Amino acid sequence: MTNGYHIVVCGSIVPDPLQTLEPIQTPTGPALKNEMMLPAVLDPWAAHALYEAANLASKAAGTKVWLVSVGPKAKLQQVMMTIAQRVSFELVPVDSSASGFADAHSTAALLAETIQGIAGLDRSRLLVFGGWESASRGAGATMQLVGERLEILDQFQGVDQLSVQADGSFEVLERIEGGRHQVSVCQGPPALFGWATGNLPEPRNNPQVGMANMRTVMPALQRAKSVPLADGGLHFLSASPPKQQRQTRVVKDLSAEQIAQEIAEWIGK
Amino acid sequence: MTVDIACVGFGPAMGGFLTMLSRCLLNADGSVRLESAMSPGLPLQVICYERGDGLGFGVSGAVTRARGIRSSFPGVDLTEIPMAAAVKKEKLVYLLDPTRASRRSLAFKAADRVLRSFGFLFGLKHDAFELPYTPLFMKKHDGLVLSLGQFNQWVSDQVAASGMVQIWPGMPVAGPLIEGDAVAGVRLADQGTDLQGHPQTGFTPGMDLRAALTVVGDGPVGAVGRKIDAQLGMPPEHGSREWALGMKMVVELRDDSGLEPGTVLHTIGFPEPEIFGFLYVHPDRLASVGIFVPSWFRSPVRTAYRYLQHFMLHPYLWRYLEGGTLKSWGAKSLQESGRHGEPFLAGNGYARIGEGSGSTNVLAGSGVDEAWTTGVQLAEAVIELAEQKRAFTRENLEGSYVRRRRESWVDRESKIAVDSRNGFQQGVVTGMIGMAVAGLTGGRVTPAARPAPSHLPTLEEGYGSRISPAELKQMQEECAAKGTPLHDRIMDRCGWPQIPMDGKLLISHQDALLMGGGVQAAPGYANHVSFRRPELCGACETKLCVEMCSGQAITRGEEGVPTFDREKCVYCGACLWNCAADGDGAQGNIEFKAGAGGLHSALN
Repeated sequence: MTNGYHIVVCGSIVPDPLQTLEPIQTPTGPALKNEMMLPAVLDPWAAHALYEAANLASKAAGTKVWLVSVGPKAKLQQVMMTIAQRVSFELVPVDSSASGFADAHSTAALLAETIQGIAGLDRSRLLVFGGWESASRGAGATMQLVGERLEILDQFQGVDQLSVQADGSFEVLERIEGGRHQVSVCQGPPALFGWATGNLPEPRNNPQVGMANMRTVMPALQRAKSVPLADGGLHFLSASPPKQQRQTRVVKDLSAEQIAQEIAEWIGK
Repeated sequence: MTVDIACVGFGPAMGGFLTMLSRCLLNADGSVRLESAMSPGLPLQVICYERGDGLGFGVSGAVTRARGIRSSFPGVDLTEIPMAAAVKKEKLVYLLDPTRASRRSLAFKAADRVLRSFGFLFGLKHDAFELPYTPLFMKKHDGLVLSLGQFNQWVSDQVAASGMVQIWPGMPVAGPLIEGDAVAGVRLADQGTDLQGHPQTGFTPGMDLRAALTVVGDGPVGAVGRKIDAQLGMPPEHGSREWALGMKMVVELRDDSGLEPGTVLHTIGFPEPEIFGFLYVHPDRLASVGIFVPSWFRSPVRTAYRYLQHFMLHPYLWRYLEGGTLKSWGAKSLQESGRHGEPFLAGNGYARIGEGSGSTNVLAGSGVDEAWTTGVQLAEAVIELAEQKRAFTRENLEGSYVRRRRESWVDRESKIAVDSRNGFQQGVVTGMIGMAVAGLTGGRVTPAARPAPSHLPTLEEGYGSRISPAELKQMQEECAAKGTPLHDRIMDRCGWPQIPMDGKLLISHQDALLMGGGVQAAPGYANHVSFRRPELCGACETKLCVEMCSGQAITRGEEGVPTFDREKCVYCGACLWNCAADGDGAQGNIEFKAGAGGLHSALN
C-alpha cells in the first residue's frame, strides 16, 4: 500500500481553440497576433493529465497534486479562475512564455528545474504527469525531455489509462498504431506519464474546491518568478496556420440530403 | 457554503463594486480592515459567479464618457487598456435609404426626397447627411471607445490579482435564495444533467451559497434579478417594457480605410428608421460596427443579422468597411426602459447594481459608466456598513447605497432622461422629437405619457400593402415546412437586395458564429431556454423568437413549436422580450434560465 503519491502535473495555457489564430513575425521570432488579448484555456492535453491526477489522488489517500505551469502570469491567472474550481492542486507558476514557438528543450529544462525546486517533494512517491502532445507545442517531445532531465527511467507516452494494482504496481495503457493499446506494468514511482485523452469527463465545478484552491493560487501567482525562456538556438523559417479552405454559398431550396451530397462532392475534389 | 458577500454576474457594475471593495478589505499595514462575520479574523469573504465561460466574453463595444471609471483609476491612462482609444471625432449621421426597400413613413420619405433634391445645399454625400453638430446630451467628446470584453478582462485581472475576492466564470447561478422578504444567498445551477435537466452520471445538485449580502449585477436578462422582481415585486408603475437588441461586429479595417482611432459615428435612418447604428474605431485598425433593433420597431418579422449586413453595406459606411475582415461578432439585449425599469435597489440581504437596476441613461444612450458608478456606490456603502458592523438590511442599504445613488450624477441625469423616449411608442419621428426636446430642455419638457406598447401587427397588417395575403400565407407555409425564419423571404420580396457574400465580412449568419468568436455550451447543463406552454407557440403566427434569435438557436419545429439548440445560443436574451404570447412581451411563453456557455470572444 502507498502513503499516497506526489503528482506533479506539467500544464500550461494555449489560446482558446475557438479563436482564429494569425501567425506574425516579430523581432524575436514568430508569434500569434494579439495573443495576450485572446482568451486562453489550459492546454487540453495537460487538462486531461490534471483530471487524471485528481482522479488518482481521490483513490490514494495522502496524495498531493502540484500543477507546474509556465506562462504569462496574467493569462495564467485568468485560466486558473476556471480550472481551480474543478480539482484540488497547488499551483507552481513560472512567469514566462507560453508561446507555441518556444523551444521544447528550453521549456523542458525550465520545467525540470522548477519541479526539482518544489519543497517537500518526495522522489520515491513522484509521478510526473503532462500532455503527451500539446495544442501549441506540437513537437510531443517536452515531457520526454522533462523525464530525462529528472532521470526518471519509467516513461510512458500516449497514455490512456493508469491502474494501480494490488501490489502497488501500475498497469499502463499506451496508444500504439492501429487504434490499439500497448499494456505495460511498472513497479511504481518515480515514473512519468504523457497523457493522451484518458477516459475521464471534465470534472464539475465545485465552489468548495475553488475556495480552497484560491487561498494558495493567488499568493503563488503573486510570488511567481519571471524567467525568460531561452530560444535554444531555434530558428523558424516561416510559420503559417494549417491550411483551410472556406467557401460559403447561401442555399435556400435544397434538402439536407442534397446539401450533404454537395459537401461530399466538394470534399472529394 | 457560507460567505459574507455573494455576487452574481461580472460586468462593468460588478467590476466597479469589486474594484472598490477589494482595495478596502485590508489596512495599509496588511491587517484586516473589514472583518468577516463568517470567518472571524479574515477579511470579508467575497465570491462572484459569472455564467459566461470567460470574464470578457460576450459583451459589446462601447463609447462612454467614463467619468465614473476615470475617478476609480486616478493617474491611470485608460487608453492603455487593449482596444481603448480617446474619442477624437464624433458625428451624428442621417442615412438615406439607397435600397428603396426600407419601411419608411411619409415623414422619412419626404426627408429623403428633400435631401436628395437639395443635397448640394446640405452637403449630401454617399447617401448620407452629416448633421452639423451632435446634441450635447449625446456627446461623448471627452470619453473613450472601449471593447467591453477587453475592459472587463483588464478590470478582473486586477481585482483577482489582489487575491481579496474570488471571481469564478463558467458557473451559472440558478436563482436567489428567498426567505420571506429577504435574500439569503444564491443557488448555483445543477450540473451533470441532460438537456431537460434530468440527473445523469456525475449529477451535482446546485450548491446553496448563503451570504449576508447578495449583490445582483446579472444584467437585464439575468435569472437572479428577474426572479427577485417576480417574487418580491417591482415599485409601482415600474417595469422593463422597452428593449433593444444590439448586434455588432468587430472588423479589421483595410490599411487605407482612413478612419482614425477614436472616431465615433452615430447613425439614424437606415436600414429602418427605427434602427440606430454606430461605428466606433479602436486602435490597430479595429472598428466596432453595429445596430440596435428596438422593441418599438413594430415589424412582425423584425430581425437583426440581415439588417446589420445591409447597414454595413450602406455607401456611407461601406467605403470604410469594404475589404475589412470579421474578427468578432456578438449580440446583447439592452434594457431601454431606464429609470422606468428600475427595480427596488435594495432589500433585506440584497442590492441591485448595473443595467438590471435601471441605471442606463436612455437619453444619452449611455450605460457602461453609469453601471460602473452604481457598483462603486454600493462598495462605498458596504464599506460604511461593515466598518460600523451594521447588518445589510433594507433600511441600512437604503440609507447608504440608495442614498449615495440618489445624490449622484447617475440619478440626476436619469431623471432628465426618464420620459425622453416616451414618444417612440407612437412613432420614430415623435420619438426623436421627444428625445431632442427632453435633451435640450434638461428633461423639463417631455412627451407626457408612457403609452403601453401596442400589439405587434400581424403579418397581413405589417406587409399586406406590399404582399398579397395569399402569397404571405404561402411564404409562411414554405418556411414552416423547411424550418427557416420568415424574415429573409419577406425582405427579399420587399426589395432588399441580396447580400454579396465575400467570405470575409459579408458571411452567412452561421459563419459569423464560427468566425466571430465561436459559441460553445459545456455539456452537463440543462437547456436554459424552454417553451412553457407549447400550444401557445403552436398557435403563434409570427414566432418572433425565431426571427430575432441572434444565433439562429431557436428554429421552427414540428407542429409550430420552436426548438432550441443551446450550442448556438449567445445568451442575448432577445427571445425573452420578443415572445408575443401574452401580447406585451413582458412575460411571454419562454422560460429563460441561467445557462452556461455562449460566445468565446474577448474582442467584443
